[in-house]
Amino acid sequence: MSAALRSREALLVAVIALLLAVIASRFPGFVAPSNLSAVLYDTAPLILLALGQTAVILTRCIDLSVAANLALTGMLCAMLNAAAPGVPVVAILVLAAGMGAVLGAINGILVWKLTIPPIVVTLGTMTVYRGLIFVVSDGAWVNAHEMSAAFTGFPRQAVLGLPVLSWIALAAAALALVAIVRTPLGRALYAVGGNPSAAVYAGIDVGRTQFLAFVLSGTLAGLTGYLWVARYAVAYVDIAAGFELEVVAACVIGGISIAGGAGTVVGTLLGALFLGIVKNALPVVGVSPFWQLAISGAAIVVAVAFNARAQRRRGRIILRRAEAGS
Amino acid sequence: MSVGARHIPDRMHSPAARLLRRWETLLLAVAIGIFIANSLASPYFLNAWNLSDATFNFTEKAMIAFAMALLIIAGEIDLSVAAIVALASTAMGAAAEAGAGVPVLVLVGLGTGLICGAINGVLVTGLGLPSIVVTIGTMSLFRGIAYIVLGDQVYKAYPPEFAVFGQGYVWWVISVELALFAVLAVIYGVLLHRTSFGRAVYAIGNNPTGALFSGIRVARVKFVLFLLTGLMSGVAAVCLTSRLGSTRPSIAFAWELEVVTMVVLGGVNILGGSGSIPGVVLAAVVLGLVTFGLGLLNVPGIVMSIFVGLLLIGVIALPRLWAMGRR
Amino acid sequence: MPDTPVLRLTGITKTFPGVRALSEVSLDLYPGTVTALVGENGAGKSTIVKILTGIYRPDAGSLHIDGRETRFASAQDATRAGITAIHQETVLFDELTVAENIFLGHAPRGRWGLIDWPEMRRRAVQILARIDAPLDPSTPLRDLGIASKHLVAIARALSVEARVVIMDEPTAALSQKEIEELYTLIARLKSEGRAILFISHKFDEIFRIADRYAVFRDGAEVGAGMIDDISENDLVRLMVGRDMDRIFPQRSRSLGDEVLRVDGFAHPTEFDGISFSLRRGEILGVYGLVGAGRSELMQALFGITRPSAGTLRIDGRPIRVRAPADAVAHGIVYVPEDRGRQGAIAGLPIYQNVTLPSLERTGWHGILRPRREFDLARTYAERLELRAAALDQDVGTLSGGNQQKVVIAKWLATEPRVIALDEPTKGIDIGSKAAVHAFMADLAAEGLAVIMVSSEIPEIMGMSDRALVMRQGLIVAELAGEALTPEALVRAAAGIGAPGEAAA
Repeated sequence: MSAALRSREALLVAVIALLLAVIASRFPGFVAPSNLSAVLYDTAPLILLALGQTAVILTRCIDLSVAANLALTGMLCAMLNAAAPGVPVVAILVLAAGMGAVLGAINGILVWKLTIPPIVVTLGTMTVYRGLIFVVSDGAWVNAHEMSAAFTGFPRQAVLGLPVLSWIALAAAALALVAIVRTPLGRALYAVGGNPSAAVYAGIDVGRTQFLAFVLSGTLAGLTGYLWVARYAVAYVDIAAGFELEVVAACVIGGISIAGGAGTVVGTLLGALFLGIVKNALPVVGVSPFWQLAISGAAIVVAVAFNARAQRRRGRIILRRAEAGS
Repeated sequence: MSVGARHIPDRMHSPAARLLRRWETLLLAVAIGIFIANSLASPYFLNAWNLSDATFNFTEKAMIAFAMALLIIAGEIDLSVAAIVALASTAMGAAAEAGAGVPVLVLVGLGTGLICGAINGVLVTGLGLPSIVVTIGTMSLFRGIAYIVLGDQVYKAYPPEFAVFGQGYVWWVISVELALFAVLAVIYGVLLHRTSFGRAVYAIGNNPTGALFSGIRVARVKFVLFLLTGLMSGVAAVCLTSRLGSTRPSIAFAWELEVVTMVVLGGVNILGGSGSIPGVVLAAVVLGLVTFGLGLLNVPGIVMSIFVGLLLIGVIALPRLWAMGRR
Repeated sequence: MPDTPVLRLTGITKTFPGVRALSEVSLDLYPGTVTALVGENGAGKSTIVKILTGIYRPDAGSLHIDGRETRFASAQDATRAGITAIHQETVLFDELTVAENIFLGHAPRGRWGLIDWPEMRRRAVQILARIDAPLDPSTPLRDLGIASKHLVAIARALSVEARVVIMDEPTAALSQKEIEELYTLIARLKSEGRAILFISHKFDEIFRIADRYAVFRDGAEVGAGMIDDISENDLVRLMVGRDMDRIFPQRSRSLGDEVLRVDGFAHPTEFDGISFSLRRGEILGVYGLVGAGRSELMQALFGITRPSAGTLRIDGRPIRVRAPADAVAHGIVYVPEDRGRQGAIAGLPIYQNVTLPSLERTGWHGILRPRREFDLARTYAERLELRAAALDQDVGTLSGGNQQKVVIAKWLATEPRVIALDEPTKGIDIGSKAAVHAFMADLAAEGLAVIMVSSEIPEIMGMSDRALVMRQGLIVAELAGEALTPEALVRAAAGIGAPGEAAA
């Protein structure tokens, strides 16, 4: 059965390989290293947000406010850059992550201390954060010519052949892997989501763990906010609108169970890459980009049905011969 | 507590005392307060036609909210409602392009809603999947199909008679939509509060296993609720499309949030088990009055959404904060 | 035997809304000693376990370890103090591996404070070897059976340097062989000088392995001492608080025609070859250890699960039961063991709970008629001597015994033919217990056919006309009249000396 757990990742690898093979058979240029690097670059924000969402969903919560968090933080970074072009990128990175962490902490506090259902909290903060962008920007855009070259250049700067944004996504994935597999907090995520009442017996504070997951999710969303705005060199109220659904889709496709406590970072990474490849392949194979939304929707439904099948609880085994036979 | 086993009275409190404890009473007071505040703040508020126009702010969403209230009371949720509106409107637009008449258009709109509701219902009750993810998925799927069909195009070949649903008036300032809203409010009120189906909805929401063990066909009831929610999204699609006279795939964008807010503000427990249709009606009116009042004061729509978001959290947070403070 | 306790509780009181779970309880545990904690369900045993493991904080009283007063702010404090518990319900994590389940919360750390997986696996292998558990530490827990999970729970308890080990009904789900292995393990723990708190309902094992006893009744400690100084009868009397044979109602046994007949009921994993019949006015006891498949069988009769083979007849006519609604329509009703989840619907008022399956009768074509609902609910509520302020009171605010009465009232209001009660008196106070027993006798006298699932031998002995014994999903004995003795029940349930059924 532990093979079955890994088989979700194996299955995704197979699906992705098949997808790439089919595309490559007609459009070999798609699998050229330069194009695959471009796909990774394009998918990096999705990977970053999906990693944070994974932590949240593992604890039986959901964070629908990530895209609004990203947009609000991104707008503030852009406005800061427009007003004070001298502020170094490092400071902006720290600021963006901190902003995001605060916005995530607001979600976390409401879930932890007031025990409001996460879906309600984040539906609410999603609109509030989005509305605040309008309030701070007065509905105006921050355009490329208002941003400094250092600000917009950072994510696309090439280091060892890959742009910085791609490196950040890969580094975040590696860190997340270590954090989830090898830190007590990472294991607590599984315990809290898998069996909250038992987690208490193991001395784990359920609410606090959920809070920290929201802070992590917010931090990554904030960081991505700056990277997103710099990469597209524009900031306005509606950037990344609806992106939270794509993020949840990546997790669900990657095998993260919405009921909490099951799934892996590698799965999430593969889920995000699957969506990224589909999105980038559509124009190549001549399908209208309008198909993308429906495809990710269908993928969510299929994946959640698949997750449920894999986790269907077996009946109690009472008959001895049934136990011997299983 | 120890009244003894000889005779047990029906009720603990008198009807008047029960009325005072209700969330709906508070909502009514809030509605009256906002009404007074608005009429003081703007000279344009107390005008029958202005008020009539204001009702369009909530009628369509409230129609969906009635069915959504039952669904949430039963412990499920449907986040795909706005996407169903978009898909139903797209289907009607396509039918109109093909030259369909008004009855066919209405049937297409309602039928699309029913089919979408059935899909959600089968996925949740048939396959036993969590409704929140399923409907996040179908939300992308349904609206995605609308985008595939329409792209950046617009459908607007609706026959002139089709305008009656969204632009017609029954009598004086009473619009067709307002009348439909009132009729549906009564129907859903009776269904939830006066029938054994409604009782089953409450039982399922409070304890689905207990309801099953009490002989209630839980899966069947939930399936019907998803059907109803799809159907009401279809009804809302007919009204909205008729009112706008055109269909874009982004139609009714993010309405699911406003519908859920309306239901929660109406006193429905987001975790299921309690809530009422009068509460949802009052919440619809309150939200409509607030939107209208802020609009008269030239507050932009997106800023109003901050208010809606804060209201959604505040409505749930305040009673909990209060309870914490009392301890 | 050392006479200074490693752990001493004095004057512990714990109150929940409406219930006083513990009042001024004292308990001493000595190193190298097994103390049996005895008491009926609801006596406060699980509350004391939760206080000892830091889950609950007592309202009053003190806790001393080695003579020093201590307070547990969290479960981790209790673990750090060397108190560990093997729980009745599994408090383990299906998605994690065996090794992680053993070490969650206190995993060995390596460089930079990161969890050292190889070290964790190595230590897990050691601990598992110590208790002779043939398990691979990297197996996910969800792939294990109940008995193996239990071994993991024991390994977890031993993974900390435990001074006090609490075992809450550890043998409930184990086979005879596994129980023997557990006894060996307990002996080893004793020799290592650990104090053991052993909670059990089985008197034979208490007298076999315990050195001391403590008896709880209705949240108070009513006796404690050396096990050698007390007889089994005295222990039972302490626990129940009165003489055993006087608590059951006198019944006139007049059996009618056959109502229910079950032939060849089978399920892939839960039970097999189940056949029995039931007559009007009869009380059929169904005895067995926890996990013997009794509830599963009842739930199949009631349409919650579908059997893979077998027929069900009412009055000789075969019926199809695919959902509880079908069972109710045929007059078969079920009062479940898990009242909180499956029985009462907390959040709904009493009268709505009672009328839930009877709305077709009280209503008019699907429209509710509250007047009739109140009347129907009152009839049965008063007959069952329900204690409530009003019929619109939330069922969730009632005591366990009164909730049970509401569930029974709900089913009686449907005027059933067959009523199955699953552990009907588990966890309710003595007074309500007697009322439920008297009521069951009345029902049978009125011609209802009653199935009573129970783990309490006195209840089976005192109430039933005939008893079935289940073990590992099979009916292993049918006992009536002279043959229905406590010894026969125990032997059949445990699989000792039953012909053709060697101990597993």
